[in-house]
Amino acid sequence: MPVQELTPVATPYFFYGLSAVAVLSAIGVIMRRNPVHSAISLIFTLLSLAGLYLMLYAPFVAGVQIILYVGGIVVLFLFVIMLINIERMEREYQFNKQWLVGLLAATVLGVLFVAVYVKGQAIFPQHAVRFPEQLNTQQVGKMLYVDYLLPFEIASLLLLVAIVGAVVMAKKRI
Amino acid sequence: MEITTLHYLVVAAALFIIGTIGVLTRRNVVIILMSIELILNAVNLNLVAFSRLYGLHGQVFSIFVITDAAAEAAVGLGILIAFFRNKETVNADEIDLLKF
Amino acid sequence: MQDFLNYLNSNLTPGQAGAYIWVVIYILIIFAAVSVAVIAMNWLERKILAHMQVRLGPMRVGPHGLLQPFADALKLLLKEDIIPANADKLVFWMAPLVVVITAFTTYIVIPFGPTHAVTDMNIGILFMLGVASLGTLGIIMAGWASNSHYPLLGSLRSSAQMVSYEVAMGMAVVSAVLMTSLSGAGVYGIGPGGGDAIGTLSMIEIVRAQMNQHVWFIFKFFPLGLAAFGIFAIAMVAETNRAPFDLPEAESELTAGFHTEYSGFRWSLFFLAEYAAMIAVSSIAVTLWLGGWMRPFPHWLGGTAWDTAFSLFPALTFFFLAGLTLRTTVRMPKTSYFKIQKTGLGVFGLLLGGIGLVLLVPLVRDRIQDIYWFTIKVAGFMYLYIWYRGTFPRYRFDQLMSLGWKFMIPTGVGVLIATALVGVL
Repeated sequence: MPVQELTPVATPYFFYGLSAVAVLSAIGVIMRRNPVHSAISLIFTLLSLAGLYLMLYAPFVAGVQIILYVGGIVVLFLFVIMLINIERMEREYQFNKQWLVGLLAATVLGVLFVAVYVKGQAIFPQHAVRFPEQLNTQQVGKMLYVDYLLPFEIASLLLLVAIVGAVVMAKKRI
Repeated sequence: MEITTLHYLVVAAALFIIGTIGVLTRRNVVIILMSIELILNAVNLNLVAFSRLYGLHGQVFSIFVITDAAAEAAVGLGILIAFFRNKETVNADEIDLLKF
Repeated sequence: MQDFLNYLNSNLTPGQAGAYIWVVIYILIIFAAVSVAVIAMNWLERKILAHMQVRLGPMRVGPHGLLQPFADALKLLLKEDIIPANADKLVFWMAPLVVVITAFTTYIVIPFGPTHAVTDMNIGILFMLGVASLGTLGIIMAGWASNSHYPLLGSLRSSAQMVSYEVAMGMAVVSAVLMTSLSGAGVYGIGPGGGDAIGTLSMIEIVRAQMNQHVWFIFKFFPLGLAAFGIFAIAMVAETNRAPFDLPEAESELTAGFHTEYSGFRWSLFFLAEYAAMIAVSSIAVTLWLGGWMRPFPHWLGGTAWDTAFSLFPALTFFFLAGLTLRTTVRMPKTSYFKIQKTGLGVFGLLLGGIGLVLLVPLVRDRIQDIYWFTIKVAGFMYLYIWYRGTFPRYRFDQLMSLGWKFMIPTGVGVLIATALVGVL
């Protein structure tokens, strides 16, 4: 379907660059002593993932990721870190008693992933479906309101419950 | 080399494993919650990578995942604040009493 | 080279046409224009506030203080760079960068004309709101990295305020986006076409929808468009931490809030980012409600005669400014001390007149139309910002938060529901 579509440019450079930033920042999230530094590394991971979504022709999900994740969730994390003042605890030991077992379990999981990807390479279809990129928002919106209307309403109810629950738990006196 | 879907899946798997290591090894509850966000983002990347092959359902589902991640982060941090008011610690292995 | 010049004949934005060198040129032009605008805003704010308070403002540095912003910039550049003792150096360094980068990234999608944007993203308005919400992170980082109570409190208050008013802004923006697809022709008799049947988030398409529907969204579904515009106009002042919502950075309250410990060039970056953000959110308001680059009454007063009449406006504006400047030159005191100032002001007046003459040339006249009307509307918003600062008393912080959550958000939701109902009927 010939549609007005942007021709991708320098795709391997962007992909390897963004993935490297994402993975290195993720390692930074779990390794830094200072929780504020971890939060800033998380910001870099989320922004590079938004870039990867743009490369996958999903601009609406990229926009939602920037507004909700980086502009909402990470701000919430930074608020809580600053309000409960946990910097004096960064002089303590950072990793818990079962770090070796956890590392081994994660390695086994990694080996499992590699095995699945190597064995199952033939299952993925070879060609990508081309959507008209200029209409991505409209198509996602139509799908949200026509096919996925019930999950949409349930998600809004879930957010309401989460707001009420978080406010009640964080108040000093109910 | 052409960037296929498999490349994106490998990146998502790497993020998932780093998040899992964070959840299993760190003591600080805030960092554990951030590692859970990493896991959810890895899942999102998987969904969006596959949605390019199979239709827009993957993107719609990833929007729901982002929404739920927000709700979960809010509730988790609320619980942390409520706990911190009682015991002044954010280490996961010191939060071990059901009643004070 | 031929490809390079071919772009001028196409009617796409450079991002859409894939002309990357033009993208870089547009970005440089926007950067320079915003810097000039910030310098002009600095001078205008001090002079207009002064005249509102029946005093004169800066008069010494240049003729009527025209060189004051340059003197300020020179001073800030030459100041010593102080970092507090136990501050976190990396985060301290990064905070002004984050604020400036996010403030300037929003300029990518602002439509100065039908093809005069750097690129036209499918998610234009969503991108602008998202990147504006990234500025909050810079403020939190600035307050925390300063390792001192006043900045920490100021940054927490400031970011709480920004996050609260973002929700209200989002509601108002969504009701404007709804209007791109709803015609409601039966109830209000909106013009032919009614836009596309599908709505759009792209900034250029929103202005085109206003063009097709022959109505600015501020007047559509009266009074709902006006209510949505009012909510956005108030929320955008709170979003950029300007008066009357500037408790977090007021000097008598928190000793300059989150940028207390920043001096010299780093402070000027915060200042630059604040004014750039002001211009960006004003452009959102202009694009969504005030018809973007359209001249007043393009259909009711249509035809080539009216077109030519309206196209003389840019030149007339510059002639008016030149006239004011030359009148002030003539009325300056005639002693020998003022000779340099008089000549300087006279040269400035003649320069403005020259620009006005250049804008009379038909070739330039047609192309500058869209950019001129857009800029005039944004300039009106800048004057409103300064007017608010000189007129309203400051809100206390709890009053500010209760206004945001208990009045703005319910009103915003109500306007959204009402717009949807009226549009579908």
